[in-house]
Amino acid sequence: MFEIAGRTLESRLILGTGGFRNLQVMAAAAREAGAELATVAMRRVDPSARGSIVEVLEEAGLEVLPNTAGCFTAREAVTTAKLAREALGTDWVKLEVIGDDHTLLPDPTELLAAAEDLVADGFTVLPYTNDDPILARRLEDTGCAAVMPLGSPIGSGMGINNPYNLRLIVEQARVPVILDAGVGTASDAALAMEAGCDAVLLASAISRAADPIAMARAMRKAVEAGYEARQAGRIPRRRYAQASSPEEGIAELPSAP
Amino acid sequence: MTVVMLNGERREMNGRATVAAAVELAGAPEGGRGVAVALDGEVVPRGEWATTEVRDGQELEVLRAVQGGA
Repeated sequence: MFEIAGRTLESRLILGTGGFRNLQVMAAAAREAGAELATVAMRRVDPSARGSIVEVLEEAGLEVLPNTAGCFTAREAVTTAKLAREALGTDWVKLEVIGDDHTLLPDPTELLAAAEDLVADGFTVLPYTNDDPILARRLEDTGCAAVMPLGSPIGSGMGINNPYNLRLIVEQARVPVILDAGVGTASDAALAMEAGCDAVLLASAISRAADPIAMARAMRKAVEAGYEARQAGRIPRRRYAQASSPEEGIAELPSAP
Repeated sequence: MTVVMLNGERREMNGRATVAAAVELAGAPEGGRGVAVALDGEVVPRGEWATTEVRDGQELEVLRAVQGGA
């Protein structure tokens, strides 16, 4: 259980809905993952589209978190957030402002500018950010409700490329830290939680897995296991072995045949 | 007749050209549920769709939520 902007969330797994082959698989995976919050993108109305993702998510007991995916400038992102607020009736936004198509890495200056505008307009802003502790601090200072550093580029499945930076971000943050993007498999999610993240946001690792439902279950367990391990307090790393059996009372036995 | 750019396509609107009419023309779900509109880049609140007139050459973006993210 943790809080974002005063709102309690039971699940530390936030689901991105990109990449699922249909809404039924998405809903089943969402249930299996135990997620309560799921991201959606805003796109032009397609008259031939069937089914409403918002209705399907609501039926599965999830709330929608609109994102600004596809925006390259602060202006586009701010307008998209306002459109999402109008369409979906939520002032929460996962803020994405991308620098280029190739890496989909955030554009730091546009991101910060958009965050300032949206916070001033009353939004609860959850920014997708680079794994840069200084940028994360600046975003927090503008009033963002969380910071969401990437593990590695969106959809890359490379895991956490810079665990050192992630730890720095976690150590300094006074808002929740949510690892966003890059998770490839369960151990990546567990590592993020062990590093002290409050939650993990992922989509592709589940939606593009050979068996999305089974992977959703694995991710739920990984997030829980990683969190519990962090709370439990791991043993320090040592260079040499430390005997775990008593050194007293060892029998004297012939050592050679 | 009013000619607008609606979701990137040139569309002709007969009769009274309002944002509400454009939403319908775009093929939005009944009553525009879950939909939002930008007229020349500015959000038009739902309550103003019926009374906001659209002029020749204006650009409308009619959006809704789809799968996406991470």
